Amino acid sequence: MSDYDAYLDYILTTLRSLKRESPVEIGKDTDLVRECGLSSLQVMELVERIEDHFDISIPLNILPDVSTADDMARKLAELTKG
Amino acid sequence: MLLEKFAPMRETLAALAAGGAMPFGARVDRIDSATEGVVEGHPVILAGTNNYLGLSCDPRCIEAAREAAARWGTGTTGSRLANGTFAEHLALERELAAFYGVPHAIVFTTGYAATQGMCATLAGPGDVILLDADSHASIYAGSQLSGAEILRFKHNDPDDLARRLRRLGDRARRALVVVEGIYSMQGDIAPLAEIAAVKREYGAVLLVDEAHSLGVLGERGRGAAEAAGVEEEVDFIAGTFSKSLGAIGGYCVSRHEVLEAIRYCIRPYIFTASAAPSVIASVRAALRILESEPELRRRLWENAERLYGGLRELGLPVGPQVSPVVAVTLGEDRAAALDAWRALLARGVYVNLVVPPASPTPASLLRCSVSAAHTPEQIDRIIAAFSEVVGGRG
Repeated sequence: MSDYDAYLDYILTTLRSLKRESPVEIGKDTDLVRECGLSSLQVMELVERIEDHFDISIPLNILPDVSTADDMARKLAELTKG
Repeated sequence: MLLEKFAPMRETLAALAAGGAMPFGARVDRIDSATEGVVEGHPVILAGTNNYLGLSCDPRCIEAAREAAARWGTGTTGSRLANGTFAEHLALERELAAFYGVPHAIVFTTGYAATQGMCATLAGPGDVILLDADSHASIYAGSQLSGAEILRFKHNDPDDLARRLRRLGDRARRALVVVEGIYSMQGDIAPLAEIAAVKREYGAVLLVDEAHSLGVLGERGRGAAEAAGVEEEVDFIAGTFSKSLGAIGGYCVSRHEVLEAIRYCIRPYIFTASAAPSVIASVRAALRILESEPELRRRLWENAERLYGGLRELGLPVGPQVSPVVAVTLGEDRAAALDAWRALLARGVYVNLVVPPASPTPASLLRCSVSAAHTPEQIDRIIAAFSEVVGGRG
């Protein structure tokens, strides 16, 4: 599994547990705030869980460019490329 | 199109206005003393004003402001670097430095400008800022302006801070760690001894914002760093005049001589008018009182313990430790929280309603701040009002 796939897989699993009553089916291209209804606190919770799980630090600076799980997984793969 | 994004906020505001007293920007009709006034038409005990030592209404501070206005005029009409550095500003900087026992101090026009300006200036592109998750908006805003990489560590968790510094490797030496002394929403105190040890181990720079802890913590009232015995480890201390000193303004003090060079790089210091001389004069008077009357601090803590203990006895979920900020956590139902806030107001108690994202969790808070000027009877009336309004169902 590539880094991207590992990140995406974990992000989707975490999103589904954070947002049990999501108004839409959460996929890799679902808009986290507009469609899935994630609050800013839930975005932070997602970030913290990813950080703990993969033992990485995620700069807040990347967040303005992230609106989907796919965006997030791509950014993280870039960030940890070495 | 540009303004469409404000539609949800307009709807929220319209709904709030239709329901009764406005919790955000509540109208203060009258101030009778540091602890009593009229808010949105209701005579109330003021228990949400951060007026920790009650000095906003101290006659000595008022007289100092009055005299300064007569002597200097109502404003400086200029920035510190242009025509806004009066002898009053320099005297306050000397007195603050002496109070902290350090050589350097800068006075800002607001507390927001102090923390935002210091964060934005101390770090830059290529550097890293590590901030506590529950940091004030001014710290987040300054960090964003800095151009540095921003890492957020778990609230009051030195181990999480250490993990993040470890992951940075050599870059940890280019890291600025930012924490607060007392956190404004829940009133919990930063574990500064542990945070300072982590900072030392990784060679980072530490900025502590003592906005809510100046005049509140420490034997001499210098704040959380003094109380934890780690002032030597803290590189920069920032704070505000708008809470325990009862006026408005901000400051940064440091044992590092470089602060004098930094002064000339801080945009919210350079490009804004300096504080009115009357404000600076009242702050100088308040600082003298803070230093010479430690009994104010003792009374403040007696009141804090009385309120915290009383609310806890009611079974209400208060914060993790006693402090002059006492917050009752309600559920996630914002309408119920708003009703509770209005019911307290109607019963003569003014506190702050805090809803996400200003609150650190999805729950809303009824946030009280205690003053040395409260009488024990006033504290008991606050507790009784909470008992009637949220007792048993917080």
